[in-house]
Amino acid sequence: MAQTSQPENSGKTVLSVRGAGKFFPGVKALQNVDFDLQEGEIHALLGENGAGKSTLIKVITGVHPRDAGSVTLNGQEIHPNHPGDAQALGISTVFQEVNLIPTLSVAENLMLERQTRKFGLIAWKKTDEDAKAALEILGLDIDIHRPLGSYSVAIQQLVAIARAVALDARVLILDEPTASLDAEEIKTLFAIMRDLKAKGLGIVFVTHFLDQVYAVTDRITVLRNGELVGTFVTKDLPQIDLINHMLGHELAEVSSHRHQDEGNYTGPKRQIQVKNLGKKRVLEPVSLDLQAGEIVGLAGLLGSGRTELSELIFGTQKADSGLVFMDGEPVMLRSPRHAIRAGFGLCPEDRKQDGIVAELSVRENIMLALQGRRGWLRPIPRNEQQKLADDMIKALGIATPDSEKPVGQLSGGNQQKVILARWLVSKPLLLILDEPTRGIDVGAHADIIKLIKELCDEGLALLVASSELDEIVAFADRVAVMRDREKVSELTGAEITQENIIEAIAR
Amino acid sequence: MKINERFYPLLATLAVLALLYGYGIFEHRAFSDTYVLGALLTDNAFLIITAVGMTFVILSGGIDLSVGSMIAFVGVLMAELVTGFGMHPVLAAVISIIIGSAFGALMGVIIAKFDIQPFIITLAGMFFLRGMCFLINLDSVPIDHAFVSEFSGFQIPLPGRGWLTASAVLMLLTVVGGIIIAHYTRFGRNVYAIGGDRQSAQLLGTPVDATIIRVYALSGFFSALSGVVFAFYTASAYPLAAVGVELDAIAAVVIGGTLLTGGMGFVIGTFFGGIIMGVIQTLIAFDGSLNSWWTKIMIGALLFGFIVLQRLITRSFSGMRAGAT
Repeated sequence: MAQTSQPENSGKTVLSVRGAGKFFPGVKALQNVDFDLQEGEIHALLGENGAGKSTLIKVITGVHPRDAGSVTLNGQEIHPNHPGDAQALGISTVFQEVNLIPTLSVAENLMLERQTRKFGLIAWKKTDEDAKAALEILGLDIDIHRPLGSYSVAIQQLVAIARAVALDARVLILDEPTASLDAEEIKTLFAIMRDLKAKGLGIVFVTHFLDQVYAVTDRITVLRNGELVGTFVTKDLPQIDLINHMLGHELAEVSSHRHQDEGNYTGPKRQIQVKNLGKKRVLEPVSLDLQAGEIVGLAGLLGSGRTELSELIFGTQKADSGLVFMDGEPVMLRSPRHAIRAGFGLCPEDRKQDGIVAELSVRENIMLALQGRRGWLRPIPRNEQQKLADDMIKALGIATPDSEKPVGQLSGGNQQKVILARWLVSKPLLLILDEPTRGIDVGAHADIIKLIKELCDEGLALLVASSELDEIVAFADRVAVMRDREKVSELTGAEITQENIIEAIAR
Repeated sequence: MKINERFYPLLATLAVLALLYGYGIFEHRAFSDTYVLGALLTDNAFLIITAVGMTFVILSGGIDLSVGSMIAFVGVLMAELVTGFGMHPVLAAVISIIIGSAFGALMGVIIAKFDIQPFIITLAGMFFLRGMCFLINLDSVPIDHAFVSEFSGFQIPLPGRGWLTASAVLMLLTVVGGIIIAHYTRFGRNVYAIGGDRQSAQLLGTPVDATIIRVYALSGFFSALSGVVFAFYTASAYPLAAVGVELDAIAAVVIGGTLLTGGMGFVIGTFFGGIIMGVIQTLIAFDGSLNSWWTKIMIGALLFGFIVLQRLITRSFSGMRAGAT
């Protein structure tokens, strides 16, 4: 299954992860993952959202204790309890969001908890010299006495790296460090990374920009669904194969292809047209037609604009160009409220954060959208609520002892079903599902896919964004392929295969 | 050279002080006399000592509402120990300060370990201590002791007609001590870090819980010390003394340029903030025709001004977390 390759100038292995596992209730976040990092190499860690990249990093740095496996640093097994522990051992991490103190000066950020002391008091002269020395490693020449927050995010990112490196680090983990940098700043960062690599550091580089992976890394480890896909030598791995590893899947239980001619819906074909919908710096204008009884898949890598398109249609983000038409009539989409009134629904990608209200009961969660649509002045009678909730629990097979259990206590799959139920009772015309099967175990996975198909037969128009290509291939009538915040291709009928989708993404 | 952003609020504080003092000297010739300065330092001593402790609390991103009640409680406790038990006032003061620090530390433990809003815990502390005052004593009582009279009689002459009292000297020492703790100890820098961004501070290896406990212990220490000074200064104890001083102390800290959300500010700024509040009071007293409530109006206006100024400075920062602005 998993393939492993050694670079030819095989150096000493500095960090080694064996059989790492991490389980959250109802979710296998990480399962039996092996990972090796050598001295003087830059190693990319790749995978879609939820693939387990951040979980692996959190297990290595001690944010989460691991449930299985071992982590060894220079041959010694380590058990860090928090990032501070890992740092003391020589594993420094720079997170995507700058984790420094904006109100403190640059020097103080670099030297916090490491200030030189004389007679118990901080010797500022020596401390400042140390701070300057730490910045010199990166060739950064800035006024160390000004507050960190007065510098650009790029500089702050570099200061964070300087702090990470200053501590005799053997391993440097960069978690999406380029997300907030411009092209010039990325060049500087890469130069610094190569420099540190030459000094013998092992660098783990997490990113979702594939061109950056090819520009700077020596090896690539790909994770998918919390499992190891393989470790590869960067220059021997064509980009199309890499995308295949990240998205592709051997088809398992869900394999029945379903295409337009198979649709069982015969009612009126309502048309929803998305015309040139876009927003500056978020999404290039996209046009897409949807109709009742049809499932349109939205494929693409992380950051390709999948989620952004969903959010623009639902009004979570305000589009600055384009319109959405329903049967030829333009729809006002200034906010999700307008979208719900128009008969749209969205099951968001981040279920916990944006989907469920964990403290409310299953019944209350199911009622939210319908109540929102009716307005708060016309409450739904309790017995009607009860009936709707009970019907839904039965119809979708939601595993809960009763309708009054707080949703936060259900498993991920059942939470997703509750969100689906919420939209179903409000009888939407268009339902947008963003990663509907993320973090859901296999059994519930098949249930959700089945549900999606049934919904379609009942006359809903469905837009499903997913990073699971096998899933999309299995249920979509049409597939819109996104790349670099742009729709690059649209596939229909027999064209819908994993190979064609990957080709469209890689092209 | 560009002036460091961190000094802007402090410069604003100094400008306000210079303006007010200048106006006083311009309007009233007697204002320039060191007598006024000595009186300012003495009359505001207990407020500034309390505010130094409050500075640390606010720098850490918290608040301590119990300090006013602490001053009254320490006074009543001292009166009981000195008059009731015949204890030497210095010993009584040491005991009071230990109790005050321990009480602060206890509040800190609850705030840090149970992750509860400091506002609510110290509000409970405020009611609790005020109630304790009445448990010990219902009336205003004098504190009679030779040492207390000596304390109030102590004077260091200043050039001109003014002098420094023992209260003023203690207060100045407290300010110097506060500056050293804030700027020359790791504890002090960690307080700034936690106030700037608690989550990041944790990731940078700062002992967050221990620091927060020590912050409230320190505030307990300074407010208890303030209670001692207040008791010596008035030579009496009264359960309803120092009502609302916690709010005056917060005002002094903010007018002194400390960011109300934490992470930025200077102990010396708090000193100037306290003096500004005293100068306003003195100006109104000098004028004679104005109602003393004008003090509150002026302080209210100044607070508005400083909070807007802080907002403008922090808004220019990039990468500031939503919660930290």
